[in-house]
Amino acid sequence: MKTLTHLDRLEAESLHIIREVAAECENPVMLYSVGKDSAVMLHLAMKAFYPSRPPFPLMHVDTTWKFREMIEFRDRKAKELGFDLLVHVNEEGVRDGVGPFSHGSAVHTDVMKTQGLKQALNKYKFDAAFGGARRDEEKSRAKERIFSFRSAEHRWDPKRQRPEPWNVYNTRINQGESVRVFPLSNWTELDIWQYIRRENIEIVPLYFAAPRPVVNWNGVDIMVDDDRMPEELAKTAVTKSVRFRTLGCYPLTGAVESTAATLEDIIQEMLLTTTSERQGRVIDADQSGSMEKKKQEGYF
Amino acid sequence: MRLNDDLIESDIAAYLEKHEHKSLLRFITCGSVDDGKSTLIGRLLYDAKMIFEDQLASLESDSKKVGTQGENIDFALLVDGLTAEREQGITIDVAYRFFATDKRKFIVADTPGHEQYTRNMATGASTADVAILMVDARKGILTQTRRHSFITTLLGIRKVVLAINKMDLVGYSQQAYDDIVDDFYAFADELATDLEIQPIPMSALEGVNITSKSNETDWYDGPSLMDYLETVPVGDRRLNTPFRMPVQWVNRPNLDFRGFSGQIAAGSLQPGDRVKSMPSGKQSTVQRIVTATGDLDQAVAGQSVTITLDDEIDCSRGDVLVSADDPSEVSDQFQARILWMSETPLLPGRRYLLKMGAKTVTATVNAPKYGIDVNTLNDVPAKTLELNQIGVTTLSLDQPVPYDPYDVNREMGGFILIDRMTNDTVGLGLVDFALRRASNIHWQAMDIDRSALAEQKGQKPAVLWFTGLSGSGKSTIANALQKLLFAQGKHTFTLDGDNVRHGLNRDLGFTDADRVENIRRVANVARLMSDAGLITLVSFISPFRSERQMARNLMADGEFIEVYVDTPLSVAEDRDVKGLYKKARAGEIKNFTGIDSPYEPPQAAELRIDTVNNSPEEAAEVILDFMREKGLLNGG
Repeated sequence: MKTLTHLDRLEAESLHIIREVAAECENPVMLYSVGKDSAVMLHLAMKAFYPSRPPFPLMHVDTTWKFREMIEFRDRKAKELGFDLLVHVNEEGVRDGVGPFSHGSAVHTDVMKTQGLKQALNKYKFDAAFGGARRDEEKSRAKERIFSFRSAEHRWDPKRQRPEPWNVYNTRINQGESVRVFPLSNWTELDIWQYIRRENIEIVPLYFAAPRPVVNWNGVDIMVDDDRMPEELAKTAVTKSVRFRTLGCYPLTGAVESTAATLEDIIQEMLLTTTSERQGRVIDADQSGSMEKKKQEGYF
Repeated sequence: MRLNDDLIESDIAAYLEKHEHKSLLRFITCGSVDDGKSTLIGRLLYDAKMIFEDQLASLESDSKKVGTQGENIDFALLVDGLTAEREQGITIDVAYRFFATDKRKFIVADTPGHEQYTRNMATGASTADVAILMVDARKGILTQTRRHSFITTLLGIRKVVLAINKMDLVGYSQQAYDDIVDDFYAFADELATDLEIQPIPMSALEGVNITSKSNETDWYDGPSLMDYLETVPVGDRRLNTPFRMPVQWVNRPNLDFRGFSGQIAAGSLQPGDRVKSMPSGKQSTVQRIVTATGDLDQAVAGQSVTITLDDEIDCSRGDVLVSADDPSEVSDQFQARILWMSETPLLPGRRYLLKMGAKTVTATVNAPKYGIDVNTLNDVPAKTLELNQIGVTTLSLDQPVPYDPYDVNREMGGFILIDRMTNDTVGLGLVDFALRRASNIHWQAMDIDRSALAEQKGQKPAVLWFTGLSGSGKSTIANALQKLLFAQGKHTFTLDGDNVRHGLNRDLGFTDADRVENIRRVANVARLMSDAGLITLVSFISPFRSERQMARNLMADGEFIEVYVDTPLSVAEDRDVKGLYKKARAGEIKNFTGIDSPYEPPQAAELRIDTVNNSPEEAAEVILDFMREKGLLNGG
C-alpha cells in the first residue's frame, strides 16, 4: 500500500483547503505576491481543480517598488497559466509620492501595502482571500487559523478566533466580513523548497545568486533596481554575488551574499545557515510582537 | 543535533532525495506551563536546530528580561507567542510548531492546559496522532492529567506518551517514576481499551531522555522521547477501513468530463472499484482517479483526488462516495458527544448549522442526557452545556447524512455546530450512533390533507405571529383582529402566552433555554392548527430572532406573518397593565424581557405596528388590510 510522504500530506491538505473555499465562498481571490510561497500556492491551485481552471482570479497589490524582475515574472506567469490578474495600486499613495526612501519603511508599508490591500478588497468585495503565509514564519502566525476571520474593517482579533477542529472549516461570514485563507499554514520554509524542487516550479531568478549592484542602506545590502534610489546612495553601488531569501519592495529587501545558483545550492545554504528567513525584512525588526500589531491592523 | 550536517555539505542531492521521503507525525503536548511543556517544545526545536541565530539572540535578550531561568535560556519563551500571553506567562491558544529530523517531519499542536482552554486542547487533539501528557514528577497524576487524557482520547488519540518531567528534582528516583506510572495505568483503563501508553522519565530543562537516552536514568530501558516520536507507527488506522470520500466539489470543465473532487477520508481506491454515492445509495464503478500529474492506479486515505465514474449518477457536494461492499449508514438523528465552545450556552431546541465533511445541514440539538465532568469523568446532570462543557445529547437533522461513528473515522463522524446568527463555531460533536427512530416513524400520508381541511372551511390557513415586549399590546390587538375575522366568518384560534403557560408549557420557566422550548412547542401547535385549516393568532413575547425564524421555517410558504408590535420599553413600562415591570424592577421577577433579558427586534417582519399613534382597533384594521392584499381572506 502506498504510504504518503510529508510533502504528499501537506499537498493534499492544501488542495482540500483551496477547494473548500471555491465551493463555499462567493467571491474568492488569490493574493499573489510573486514570491516562492506564492509560486507554490499557485501551483497547488492549478492542481486542486485540474482539469478545470481555478475558479478565482489572482490579485497583486503593487506598491510600485517591487523588483522589476518580479513584475515581468508576474505578468508572464499569469498569462501562461490563464489566470485573470488584477493589479491594485494605492493611487492616493502614488499621488502623495509615498516611497521607502522618502517616507521610511513603516509609512511606505502601511500606505502602499496594508492600505492598498484593504482598498483592493473593498473595491472588489472579495469575501475570501488566499494568502501564502506560513505558521513557521513568525510567532503570532503560529496561532493563526487556516481560515482567519476578519471584521468589516479587516481587523484580526486573536481572542475571537474560531476553533478549527479536523479539516472542517467554518466559512460563514456576515455582510462585509471576510476570511483570509492560508493553505500553506503547515508548510515550513524547507518544505517549500523541497516541493519547488520536486514539482519543478519556476520561481523568480532573484532567488538565485548572480552578480548584482548593491548599496549598503541602514546596515542592509539592497539592490539598485532603478533610478529612484537617491543619487548619493546609488553612487556607492558595488557589484556582489548576492541572492534574496524573500522578495518584496527592493529598497526594503536585504540581499545575502551567496554563490548559490541552483535550487540544491539554495537549500544547502539554507540548511547550513544560521539566520532565519524574515531577518532580511525590515518591517519585523522594530520591536518584538510588531507583526501581531500589524496583523491586527489588517496587514496580511 | 539531529540534522545530518555531513550529508548536507557533501551531497545535498542525496540528502534531499532522502528527505523527500520522510513521513509526517502530528502530536499534541498537554500540560500547564508549570509542567515544563513549553520548555520541552523549545528544547525539541533547539535540539533539532530549528532555532536560528537571530532568534537565539532575541531569545537570550528576552530570557534576561522576562525569563524565569535566571541567566539561562528560557526555552519556554520560544513558543509562548502572543504579546498578551507573554505578559501573563500562559499559553492561551493552540500554536502550531514545526520541526524535522532525518527521519520525520513533525507538526506540534501546543495547547494550554487549564480547564478554561479545553476547547483549544480539543482542537489541537482533533488532528494529532500522538499525545504527550506532561506530568511533574514531584506532583504525580493530578486532576489536570486526567482531564488531558480524557480529552485527547475523546478526540480519538490512541497513542500517549506519559512524559514524567522534572525528574532532576526528584533525584531521578525510579520509585517516584514507578509510582506515577502505576497510578496512570490504574486510571487509563477507564479511558479507552485500545490505548497504547509509553511512559518516559525526563527532564526537559536538563535535556535528559529528550533526544537520546541519558545516564541519569540507567534503570529505564525504554526509548528517549525523540526515538519514540521518530519510530512510532504513523497509525493509519484509516487505511484499513472501508473507502470513504466526501465530495467537496464537482469538477466539470466541459460537457465531456464530470469528476468528483475530495480528500479520501478512509480506505483506498482503484479504478474498477464499485462505489455508492450516499445518501442516495446509487452505485457505479470508478473509471479514473485523476490528478494533475496523471491518473493514479491507486489512491489512499489522506490524498486529495478527483474521481470519474462509469455512470452518470446523481452526486453533488456534501454527498459521500463509499465502498459499495461496505457502505456507510445514513441517518437524520444521532446520539453524539458534544463539546461546547462558545461563551453563549447551548440552547436546547434551538436550530444550529451542523457541518460534517463537506455537508452543512440544520440540526436541532436536544437537551443533554447528561454532562461529563472532565476532571472526574463522572456523569453529571446537565440541562444545557456551557463553554468547555462536554455532554451527551441527541440531534435531529433536517435531512439524512452519511456517517460513521467517530471512533471508527474522525472525518466521517466529527462535526462542528455553527450559530446561525453570529456564524461562530459554537460546538464540536462526535457521532456515537444513529437513533433508529428516524427510519421507523414514517409520516402518515393522509387522504384528507391540509388543503382539503382548509377548503372545507372556505379559507386559507395563516399564522399571525405577534411579537413584542410584555405589555406592548399583542393580546389586545390579536383579540380585536380575531373579532374582525370572526365577523367575516373565518375560523380562527388564538394562542396566548399566559394561557399556554398554564397548561401545555407549565413545566417551563423563563431561562433562555426554557424560552426556546416554549416557542418550539407553541410553533408546532400553530403548525398543527394551520394544517387543520385555521387562521391562528399567536401572541407571545418570543424575544429571540432565531426562534421566530424557527417558527417561520415550520410553516408553509407565505402562511407565516410576523407582526411586530413595536411599543417602546418606556411606554410599555408606563402602562404596566399586569404590574410586572414594577416587580421586575424591584428584582422580584428574574429574566424579564426588556429588563434583564434581551429582546431582539425583528429585522424583516411583514408588519410593524406602532401602538403609540394607533388604537388596537386601528391596528387590527391594518393587519386585516394586509391579509386582504395577500389574498389570505379569499376562499380556500
